[in-house]
Amino acid sequence: MNPKRKQRLIIVLFIVFGAATAVGLSMYALNQNINLFYSPTDIVDNKAPEGTRIRAGGMVVEGSVIRDTQSLNVMFDMTDYANSVTVSFTGILPDLFREGQGIVAQGAMNSDGVFEAVEVLAKHDENYMPPEVAEALEKAGKMPDQMRAKGAE
Amino acid sequence: MAEKKWMPRWFYQLASPRWCYEITGKLLPIFAIAAVATLLVGTIWALAFAPADYQQGNSFRIIYIHVPASILAQSCYMMMAVAGAIGLIWKMKVADMVAKACAPIGATIAILSLATGAIWGKPTWGSWWVWDARLTSMLILLFLYLGIIALNSAIENAQTAAQSTAVLALVGLVNIPIIKYSVDWWNTLHQPATFTLTERPAMPSEMWVPLLVMVIGFYCFFAVAMMLRLRNEIIQRERRSSWVRDLITG
Repeated sequence: MNPKRKQRLIIVLFIVFGAATAVGLSMYALNQNINLFYSPTDIVDNKAPEGTRIRAGGMVVEGSVIRDTQSLNVMFDMTDYANSVTVSFTGILPDLFREGQGIVAQGAMNSDGVFEAVEVLAKHDENYMPPEVAEALEKAGKMPDQMRAKGAE
Repeated sequence: MAEKKWMPRWFYQLASPRWCYEITGKLLPIFAIAAVATLLVGTIWALAFAPADYQQGNSFRIIYIHVPASILAQSCYMMMAVAGAIGLIWKMKVADMVAKACAPIGATIAILSLATGAIWGKPTWGSWWVWDARLTSMLILLFLYLGIIALNSAIENAQTAAQSTAVLALVGLVNIPIIKYSVDWWNTLHQPATFTLTERPAMPSEMWVPLLVMVIGFYCFFAVAMMLRLRNEIIQRERRSSWVRDLITG
């Protein structure tokens, strides 16, 4: 390789690695801000700001969903399998909302320690399967735990 | 040029616009047939024969456009950046033309990926758009493509334009691993990858085989579109050379 080309190759490598280092460092510095949501543990540990609008994500605890018969209000517990937070929401839930499903809610903690959500989004996991397979797995009690738990990460 | 050749022969042949024009002319029909066949088979398989998902029902079928488009948008960017680097280092005109041909195709595919993702996101997540790391980094990829196209067309001189866009493309290359690992590094609403090279896909084969066919189809389509643009570019830039004149007057 002639010296000129070699020099240009070094410049190109410098551009790529320089940009990668700069972006990498700023990403590292902004790490917490890039996360879409706080986990229930963050909220319990007071790592999440109080009173301001935040997003919280976790799994809906099985059997915890209470629907108000008079209004669209729904109460449920959200967990990351270490801690859980009670969420209150008034509105229409997405199709994929169900017990054991991962969700991301936007809202704020109120003084009673209840997360008052203004928006609830369902988080889908990376597992796909035909309904018959899911049914058979469920019947056999062999639904792999990770299929339910993945969304809580 | 007495120096030692340290790249394979075809690499140096690529430097000749004429050789490139001739070889793409031969490859074009092969890729065109492959693209039509795989896309046709893949679409029918995906829409009619692949089973529905246990949670999402039929709306998951948009994966057969969304995933190939997302993969291709990133591959296309990498190809553009590598071509740009070759253009910078070896001053190879054809590499500059390849980079230029990639940009509009990549931008279109990135738009397709973002649009199908939004259409899927509304019924599944409950929102068209969320500012999470995966979606945002993909949007940045689209903006990079648009910036590269704009920069290339803003500079009159073809060589200067190619150099500037190559530098921009190389700087933007850092975004590719960010897109890929965004779902692992941060909490995102977007789910982690269903497919990895190291593990079994988190999807049964009757679902992922048609997806694989679609991915191959998208790559073939890209090859066709890229070669068509490249041939155009070659003719345009080499219009004063004798072989192009012979070709036209025939």
